[in-house]
Amino acid sequence: MHTGPSDNEILSRVLQGDQHAYAEIVKRYQSFVFTIALKYTPNREDAEEIAQDAFVKAYRSLADFRGESKFSTWLYTIATTTSLTFLRKKKLDIHSLDNEKVFEAADSLDSGFRANQVEQKSRITMVNKAIGLLSTDDAQIITLFYKGEQSLEEIGQILGLEPNTVKVRLHRARQRLKDKMEKYFTAELSDL
Amino acid sequence: MNTQKNIEERLWSYIDGTSEVEEKSAIEQLLKENLEWQRKYKELLDINQLLHSTELEEPSMRFTRNVMEEIAKYKIAPATKTYINKRIIYGIGAFFLTMIVGFLIYGFGQIDWSANGNLNTGISLDKIDFSRFFNNTYVNVFMMINVVLGLMLLDRYLSKKRDEARHA
Repeated sequence: MHTGPSDNEILSRVLQGDQHAYAEIVKRYQSFVFTIALKYTPNREDAEEIAQDAFVKAYRSLADFRGESKFSTWLYTIATTTSLTFLRKKKLDIHSLDNEKVFEAADSLDSGFRANQVEQKSRITMVNKAIGLLSTDDAQIITLFYKGEQSLEEIGQILGLEPNTVKVRLHRARQRLKDKMEKYFTAELSDL
Repeated sequence: MNTQKNIEERLWSYIDGTSEVEEKSAIEQLLKENLEWQRKYKELLDINQLLHSTELEEPSMRFTRNVMEEIAKYKIAPATKTYINKRIIYGIGAFFLTMIVGFLIYGFGQIDWSANGNLNTGISLDKIDFSRFFNNTYVNVFMMINVVLGLMLLDRYLSKKRDEARHA
C-alpha cells in the first residue's frame, strides 16, 4: 500500500497540467511494471525500455482513464500490451515451460546458488528464481496476484480472461511453481 | 473425492479467501480433524507466505528521470470521446444507408412486376447488359449526389482537424 496522496489525487494534478506530479506515479509503480516486463524478456535493458514505453503511453492516454478500475489495473494492462507489442517487434523467444533451455538455465542457477550459498541462502531468492523458471503466463499471473495487489477480477481485466479462468490458472501456476521448487531447490530448502 | 489435487484446490481457495461460506466452514472442520489436511494446509500456507514476501525487480536508478524526460516531449492526448465526433459517424452512416436504399429502389424499379410467376426464367448472367445500369441518367445523378455528400463530409472533417491544429 502507498502512503501519501492517492493515485487519483495525483492523476488529477497531472491532468490539470502538473507534469512533475507524474514522477510520483512512476516511482510507485516502476518496480512492478519493470517486473512484468521482465516476464516477457530476460534482457533488463529491453525490460526497462518496455517499462518506460508503458509509462509514456499511460501518460499520453491519461485523459482516457475514467477511474472505473484501479489505476494500477489500467497501467498493468498497458504494460502487458506494450510487452507483447515489443515481443512482436523483436521476435524474442518467450520462456516456454517445456523449453529445454529453461531446464539448462535452472541447472546453471542451481549451481550458481551452490557456489554462492553464503550470500544467496534465502528462501525468497529461491522463490524468485523458481518464478523465473515458469512460463511467461504463469509468472505473470503470480506476480499480478501476489505483488500487484490485483484481485482475480482485476487480473481478468488485464489479461482478458474470466475470473474463474484466472482462478484455475493461478492454481495451476502455483502447482507448477511448487514442482519447480521441489525439483531444483529441495536440497537448499532443507538446508535452511 | 479427496484426491491430493482436490484438497490443494480447495485449500488454495480457502487461503485466497475465495471460498463460499459453507465451503469455508467445511474446510475449517476438516482442518480440525484431519491430519492430512493439516499437513497440506501448512505446506500451502508456507508457499503462500513465501510468495507474498518475494521481491520485485528494480529498474536502474535513472529510470524515473528517463521517463520524465521522455514525457516532457509529449502532451496528454485529448480523451478519445472528445475527438470522435458522433455527427461525423452518423453522417457516414447516413451516406451508406442512402446508397443502399437508392440501389434497392433502383433495383426494384427494374423488376417487371406484370410478368407471370414462372420461376424458371432461365436468366443467363452473361446476357445481362450491365452497362445499361451505369449509363442511366438516374444512376448518374444518384452517384453524383453521393460523391458530393462524400466530399462535403471530407471537407468538414479536414476543416475540423485544421481548426484543432490552430487552437493547439
